[in-house]
Amino acid sequence: MATRDDIITVNNLCKHFYNGGLKALDDVSYKINKGDVVVVIGPSGSGKSTFLRCLNLLEVPTSGEVIFDGVDITKKYHVDQNGKKVRQNIDLYRRKMGMVFQHFNLFPHKTVLQNMTLAPIKVRKMDKAEAEKKALQLLERVGLGDRASAYPIQLSGGQKQRVAIVRALMMEPEVMLFDEPTSALDPEMVGEVLSVIKELAETGMTMVIVTHEMGFAREVGKKVIFMDSGKIVEDGTPEQIFENPQSPRLKDFLGKVL
Amino acid sequence: MFSSAGFAKTWQYIQLFKEGLICTLSLSALTVLFGFILALALALMRMSKIKPLSWFATAYVELFRATPMLVQLFIIYYVVFAKTNLPNFKLFGFIRFERFFPGVVALSMNSGAYLSEIIRAGIQSIDHGQTEAARSLGLSSRQTLMEIVLPQAIKNILPAIANEFVTIIKESSICYTIGVQEIMYAVATTKGATYRIAEPLLIATAVYFCLTFPTSKIIAYFERRMSRGDKR
Repeated sequence: MATRDDIITVNNLCKHFYNGGLKALDDVSYKINKGDVVVVIGPSGSGKSTFLRCLNLLEVPTSGEVIFDGVDITKKYHVDQNGKKVRQNIDLYRRKMGMVFQHFNLFPHKTVLQNMTLAPIKVRKMDKAEAEKKALQLLERVGLGDRASAYPIQLSGGQKQRVAIVRALMMEPEVMLFDEPTSALDPEMVGEVLSVIKELAETGMTMVIVTHEMGFAREVGKKVIFMDSGKIVEDGTPEQIFENPQSPRLKDFLGKVL
Repeated sequence: MFSSAGFAKTWQYIQLFKEGLICTLSLSALTVLFGFILALALALMRMSKIKPLSWFATAYVELFRATPMLVQLFIIYYVVFAKTNLPNFKLFGFIRFERFFPGVVALSMNSGAYLSEIIRAGIQSIDHGQTEAARSLGLSSRQTLMEIVLPQAIKNILPAIANEFVTIIKESSICYTIGVQEIMYAVATTKGATYRIAEPLLIATAVYFCLTFPTSKIIAYFERRMSRGDKR
């Protein structure tokens, strides 16, 4: 297979709730290239989070394709190079897509270190000592080197989210998905989390970020998607979106949030 | 009611109470073990997406919760095991296996129904975000259940499980009706031999209390230890 620029491509993605009563995603197509930092903005209920959650199939799309590294992961089977039908295992793709949630979702019964080493040990069969060493290095990088043995309840919101980010990084993902990573934080903790995400962007990590932080979107995003009513209304560079919006809905939205 | 002569007479049969204690303990321990495994299976079946499994588990739970324990015990002993020739040996040299085993089966099947509802409630009390986080890290649904959901669920339902375990110790006394030599059987035998009832019953009461009270205390201790993650 030739090397490809795109890492995730979605084609005609639809997600309906209540038997089609609510179209959370309405025929969305988009291509994410390696190294892209894609920021998704839009009003509440516009389908931003659903879009993100469909990328690693936490939300199963009603129809459409999600092509990750050349494989449509929405299908039960795929055909390999030898033309053989292989049953698809979504877990294999999910481990390549790290996800960070609005409400952190750390495992409360495990320490910070255990939170981070669980998946590498269980899924990647990493050696325990090696996993712990890597975890400590990552914690050091985000300024939490001294909190390895703490339980999540003992951490502040900002600290929890930083742990959640490095927990996802432990799996060495090819893409990081952020679902409103700062929306549940106290204002004074937003900065510390955003700076970690920014640093990550500078390392060339491919990222998709759903956020309400417009200043951050503008600064970090290489591409910006504006969604409304389950559709991508406008997409482009931060300059295009923020300084030269075309659609009335985007103009209206920016007028309210900026 | 009580008399020292009565106690002296009863005391001659104290060996029966010792055996009864061992029997009650074995009965309860095995019931707890098998009941819990059955309950876990039933809870998972009930939450399964495969409809027939879910229907079966629901029917099972409703049936066992809606009928008396004594009826279930008699059906299992007199009907289900009527034609089965269970091995005719004695556990610890005195417990008749062909009576003991149906007792364990009946108690396990009954407590499995109750425990499965407790376990199901525990699993459903865990925030779905926990499952999503685990799955997004690439853990399989089985690993997510075993590593993330069940440990937290069991911690939450520990008081309810403790209650159920204490209930099993007490309910196991019903097995005396099919001739399992547990504590109440010792009471009946002593009564038949001495014509005393108050003193054997007092001893039985003391033995049951000494079993159930520490059990709930031990579980309370583990509950405190497991809740470490919740407190500063």
